[in-house]
Amino acid sequence: MEDLGLREETMIINMGPQHPSTHGVLRMVLALDGEYVVSCRPVIGYLHTGIEKNTEYRTWQQGVTFVTRADYLSPFFNETAYCLAVERLLGIEAPPRAQVIRVMVMELNRIASHLVWLATTGLELGAISMMLYGLREREEILRIFEMVTGLRLNHAYVRVGGLSMDLPDGAVDRVRAFLKLMPGRIHEYQELLSGSPIWRQRTVGIGSVSPEDMLALGVTGPMMRAAGVSWDLRKEEPYCGYETYDFEVPLREAGDCFARYEVRLEEMRQSLRIVEQCLDRLTPGPWVRTASAIPWSTSSTSWRSRWRP
Amino acid sequence: MPVQRLPGTRLGGTDGPGVDEEQEARRGVLLTTLGRAVAWARKNSMWPATFGLACCAIEMMATGAADYDLSRWGMEIFRASPRQADLMIVAGRVSQKMGPVLRRIYDQMPEPKWVISMGVCASTGGMFNNYGLIQGVDTIVPVDIYVPGCPPRPEMLMYGILRLHAKVQREARIK
Amino acid sequence: MDTPALAQRLAQRFPEVLEARGEVTITVEADELAQALLHLRDEPDLSFRFLSDVTCTDWPGLDPRYWLAYHLLSTEHRQRVRVKVGLPPEPDPPRVASAVPLFPTANWLEREVFDFYGVVFEGHPDLRRIEMPEDWVGHPLRKDHPLAGVNTQYKGAFIPPPDRRGL
Repeated sequence: MEDLGLREETMIINMGPQHPSTHGVLRMVLALDGEYVVSCRPVIGYLHTGIEKNTEYRTWQQGVTFVTRADYLSPFFNETAYCLAVERLLGIEAPPRAQVIRVMVMELNRIASHLVWLATTGLELGAISMMLYGLREREEILRIFEMVTGLRLNHAYVRVGGLSMDLPDGAVDRVRAFLKLMPGRIHEYQELLSGSPIWRQRTVGIGSVSPEDMLALGVTGPMMRAAGVSWDLRKEEPYCGYETYDFEVPLREAGDCFARYEVRLEEMRQSLRIVEQCLDRLTPGPWVRTASAIPWSTSSTSWRSRWRP
Repeated sequence: MPVQRLPGTRLGGTDGPGVDEEQEARRGVLLTTLGRAVAWARKNSMWPATFGLACCAIEMMATGAADYDLSRWGMEIFRASPRQADLMIVAGRVSQKMGPVLRRIYDQMPEPKWVISMGVCASTGGMFNNYGLIQGVDTIVPVDIYVPGCPPRPEMLMYGILRLHAKVQREARIK
Repeated sequence: MDTPALAQRLAQRFPEVLEARGEVTITVEADELAQALLHLRDEPDLSFRFLSDVTCTDWPGLDPRYWLAYHLLSTEHRQRVRVKVGLPPEPDPPRVASAVPLFPTANWLEREVFDFYGVVFEGHPDLRRIEMPEDWVGHPLRKDHPLAGVNTQYKGAFIPPPDRRGL
């Protein structure tokens, strides 16, 4: 390089916050050396919504409406996590039917969320057909959600003490039809992508993180399991009766993009297994605790109304 | 000044000189003003810029995907660069930090340009009436169509887009 | 080791250990925080090597006014523990030692607490606002900060509070 009279220098490029491949608004200040990224400084906060401040002015039950919009791809998980926390504070538990339905909608939600991931990743890597397939199957799940909750996104369906309403007539048949459809479709994605040289070149060995780094940087979920760390809250700290369901936690060792892709595909299959068990367990019964079991005054339980400095 | 009709003006027919308008019209030629023709072209080749921000962005993606198929109106190409786009769909909540960015992207779009405010958060701040969000994107950029809903269904977004098409057709002037 | 056993084990080292609703909480003084976190991370039978959250609450009019909470997780022993630190209302801003040397992930979490509550973490490598714009004034999650009725800080526009918006 020196002989040719060229200098090595890095180029600073600003990527985002409005960039087609950020999906969500993230800005990255990249230092590039040719095509290699030397350093990356992420800038976040372009979607800071102030949900915490708003919920201070609301009742506990109203809080569900806010947290469901926190991660709009997995609303049921947000709602359930929030409701479990409030229920632990109150010392109550949702009735068994509500627990089973919670698990069912959460696992369907997991599939929908993974499908968006798969679809957009496919779009980024040039597999545009994957985008169409992924969102097509997601629509099937959204139709089930709409039937059950009345909304496609932001359901506010899981409430403190149970659910906002019971499953409607025909919902079980609809889920069963989906369970018949989906395994073939997941197989289709795998056939389409796993062997594709383009897909493999852009995922195998890319972005690998070691298990130690994952722990130090606070990474969890499928990313951690793709690095060989078996840590799944459904197994380690079960909630909503997950310990009684029969499913496996998929693990890979490599920790790269391809391992994460494989883990997520396998997780979708395991979710289907759990949903099937949920359907078999649905027995008639109450889906929400009676109002007397939830010990708060009817007027307002917000922080403001109780606050006496 | 009254318009004078010149007999025998050639209007683009292939029959050689001496064809008048009456004869052309009978052969199926459409007469219109230039403004209307331009508006028609604009309406039917609208290119949206991606400005997905939150939940509404997911519904916007769903609108573009196979089930709802925005390409029926020639709009499936969401342009990555604002320089190539003439419609900005502000889909989702606009935070204080995003406001200047949004305005800059709007300024980068070439004229003529339109803005759809998708969802209540973009239109008024919605349920998030707090310090973090800009309470209505119309305080930053001029908005043509407001689509209510939290989030709006794909059908609602498509209806909003069709209303915008009608508006663009009505404008019928070159600016 | 189940939760009561963990609470007993921690009581050997820390004077204030509280076990409630199946969760263990340790309260330490601000100047002992780094030592406490180091102990929790490096003792082999504890090994809380995963910092899942750093957060804060604001109690205006009380002393201590700010309560920092560090949520730690041990994947080896399947245990969680919460470390709480109280910070007085004076001086403003409150100061505490940073946990970044022990847990790299504390970098962003502490920036968030600084952004929303104005707690200054001494020894943090890059203490800037993370969620709000860099030129923002105030710390929005403090209880004396209004919910709405603030300037947008963009071209002089103003967000009226909900009751004055005429909706």
